[in-house]
Amino acid sequence: MSAVTDTMPFPREQGRSARPTVHTPPRHEDIRTEPAIVKWTVIALAALFMGLFIVLPLANVFAQAFSKGWDAYVAALVDPDALAAIRLTLFVAAVSVATNTVMGLVMAWAITKFNFAGKSLLITLVDLPFSVSPVISGLVFVLMFGAQGYFGPWLIDNGWKIIFAWPGIVLATVFVTFPFVARELIPLMQEQGSSEEEAAVTLGASGWRAFLKVTLPNVKWALLYGVLLCNARAMGEFGAVSVVSGHVRGETNTMPLHIEILYNEYQFQASFAVASLLAFLAVVTLFAKTVLEARLGSRSGRH
Amino acid sequence: MSALAAPRVGDRLWQRSAIPGFGLTMGVTILWLSLIVLIPLAGLFIKTAELSPDRIFAILTAPRTFNALKLSFGLSLVAAAVNLVFGAVIVWALVRYEFPGKRLLDALVDIPFALPTAVAGIALTNLYADNGWIGALLAPLGIQVAFTPLGILIALIFIGLPFVVRTVQPVLEDLDKDLEEAAATLGAGRWTTVRRVILPAVVPAFLTGFALAFARAVGEYGSVIFIAGNLPNVSEIAPLLIVIRLEEFRYADATTIACAMLVASFVLLFVINVLQRWSQHRTGRTG
Amino acid sequence: MSRISRRLALAAALASLAIPTLASAADVNLLNVSYDPTRELYVQVNKAFGEKFKAEAGKTIEIKQSHGGSGKQARSVIDGLEADVVTLALAYDIDAIADKGLIDAAWQKRLPDNSSPYTSTIVFLVRKGNPKGIKDWNDLVKPGVKVITPNPKTSGGARWNYLAAWAYALKQNGGSAEKAQAFVADLFKNVPVLDTGARGSTVTFTERGVGDVLLAWENEAFLSKKEFGDDKFDIVVPSLSILAEPPVTVVDKVIDRKGTRAVAEQYLKFLYTKEGQEIAAQNFYRPRDPEVAKKYEKVFPKVELITIDDPAFGGWRKAQKEHFADGGIFDKIYSN
Repeated sequence: MSAVTDTMPFPREQGRSARPTVHTPPRHEDIRTEPAIVKWTVIALAALFMGLFIVLPLANVFAQAFSKGWDAYVAALVDPDALAAIRLTLFVAAVSVATNTVMGLVMAWAITKFNFAGKSLLITLVDLPFSVSPVISGLVFVLMFGAQGYFGPWLIDNGWKIIFAWPGIVLATVFVTFPFVARELIPLMQEQGSSEEEAAVTLGASGWRAFLKVTLPNVKWALLYGVLLCNARAMGEFGAVSVVSGHVRGETNTMPLHIEILYNEYQFQASFAVASLLAFLAVVTLFAKTVLEARLGSRSGRH
Repeated sequence: MSALAAPRVGDRLWQRSAIPGFGLTMGVTILWLSLIVLIPLAGLFIKTAELSPDRIFAILTAPRTFNALKLSFGLSLVAAAVNLVFGAVIVWALVRYEFPGKRLLDALVDIPFALPTAVAGIALTNLYADNGWIGALLAPLGIQVAFTPLGILIALIFIGLPFVVRTVQPVLEDLDKDLEEAAATLGAGRWTTVRRVILPAVVPAFLTGFALAFARAVGEYGSVIFIAGNLPNVSEIAPLLIVIRLEEFRYADATTIACAMLVASFVLLFVINVLQRWSQHRTGRTG
Repeated sequence: MSRISRRLALAAALASLAIPTLASAADVNLLNVSYDPTRELYVQVNKAFGEKFKAEAGKTIEIKQSHGGSGKQARSVIDGLEADVVTLALAYDIDAIADKGLIDAAWQKRLPDNSSPYTSTIVFLVRKGNPKGIKDWNDLVKPGVKVITPNPKTSGGARWNYLAAWAYALKQNGGSAEKAQAFVADLFKNVPVLDTGARGSTVTFTERGVGDVLLAWENEAFLSKKEFGDDKFDIVVPSLSILAEPPVTVVDKVIDRKGTRAVAEQYLKFLYTKEGQEIAAQNFYRPRDPEVAKKYEKVFPKVELITIDDPAFGGWRKAQKEHFADGGIFDKIYSN
């Protein structure tokens, strides 16, 4: 974490309050903050709550994963079915993240660079998959492409497999992660406005060039942040994928589904071993995100 | 509904802009949105519309469906409320104080975002079962968490926390300290300042965070099914009931419950977006 | 920027590389869609059949497995999961697939013994020493006894559990369906956790330590003892139970499209051979073959078994309609 601390705008030795400003006389410190007892109670409560609800479950995953030692841990991961699950998960995440990144940029551009009626409605629709139950996200694709669905019979006659094969898993994952990139970009691009692009275009640049040279550099860190979150969710999606997967071992099982299978086969340690890979990925994602934020300067994305 | 109309629009639906690409990007946006989100979701409504209104009403008011919806919405409300309180404590600690391990605590807030729900589910069950790390401590007190509604609540609190913290944090960070200073100089006590100056400014953010956490919790599946007892009418959540109806080959029942939840989600999200615009307008922030 | 677009290109390239790895290398591929507790059974059956097939036909075969609650698996096949064979927990779930035209309506006559190469029954798994003194079904409705069973709406095993309890109550009460319903209702009042599949319930009982008695497939109860050690659990055999016949069949629509009928039928017939029956017995399924049954007779306790075709039930379609359909007896139990 040292790299993170080094880039902190205000080293903590400088003062007690979060953002001391040099011109503030010391006497104002007292009226803008609370007594030490309140401060430490709040911190203790926050730490306790986080410890109980976040840290313990995370620690539990790793404790269970290594409960039978390193060899058992490795054995669980190099099992052919586990490897197939890891491969499928990486593949599905790569396709969904790439798609959602490109489409996220397009949608953010359309929404933020122009004024049009119904903008709130459009943003709400982009957000919608975010609050749709994962189970429903899977169900809609079964209704569309399942053998009893609207397009199912035609697909089967033409030899296309969508549901219970990787395309269905990719579709469900794209649906679930649909808003992630766009949602990171929209507030930032809204705040930045479009004057810079307007200037570029007025000076003769094409729209595409204005996007490449002006917009993209302005949003690159927020974009990467969105991609990271999108990826974490894509790799970890359970409910939606569970409905469309068919659970065929070595073929349509993703890592979260493989975890469930192992858990149901009395292989608890192996199940937590695979889970720990995903948990590790989550921790790495968050570390990368923390570093990104330090580069962004602040959470709201001002540069 | 004023939010539906964009500001500064004359008699046209969109305003001419110097920037090119409106037609192309808007076209792609709408096409993509339709293919991935709107058409599949429409399929859900079409399937449900095959039923008579009486039948839809009967399905939704059947005791088991009704109880599942009540449980999902009720517990989500409680979980979001708990997150509101502890989220406030955590945000305050993170924004206003310096203490060892602050950066770590800050990063950990996002764990529920990044941790797959199935992993969270088995880990929480493992912790809170009577033979788990925490469950073993609570069992002698007669408190059973796993396989009861309390267990569902724990899972929903877990997944909802980051929504409250991450929504309120930037707003509190941006809050102008001069106002507090002015209030203090004018003789207001610290508590009064917090209540009268800070609170009104962060209330919209809190409401948004609350609504986001709530919306997420209502539909949550992966982290809940492992720890819930799944007893009809007692600890069976609505998403699980959808899955069960599917497995009973009762597609229409499944889609009807799904539609009801979807409409609720949409209304909720729309309110959030309107709320956000309203709060931006009020606080003069644009971000 | 170009860095980002290069990264995207790289991701796309990686993605295109990954697709072919999803295909299989074997000469013949079958998919066996089965219910929850047969995981271990079919791992061994597939291995044995693969070796036999290689020796006889000179080709390699890969049999993929998919497991889950019986009803859910049937639903997946109906929705298009390309199963060559289905090996489910009860005939009704295969009937449901047949009703959609994927399987010949007379499927159950195609193979011997109602198309069920092995049978099982429902027994009680209790904690070591049987601290609650559970001997028979009537001990399950006593106050303070916690019973673990999956949800009959989604789990095949749970439907057998429910019907076995029903049969016992009918017998005890001189055939009164009203009293039987009250008995089953009392039993379900003692159920604190209702998982969707048989395996979920077993995990709840064994690993999570919830409940005093698990209503389980006989094979599942034996397997739990094997996995967790003899010192943890005891098996209690009730005075009356049900003959559970998990049937198998080929999915005609799929095998005719894929051209795998011959292999798929051969695979199912293998279950009836001495070798197949031995594997079933070793996995604690009761073999049909008299010789193999004789060899393993000490393993399986003797118990009075009622069948689903008994007048008390009248076959699966009738039983399903009366007990588990929308508004059926099970729904009534849970709407009070």
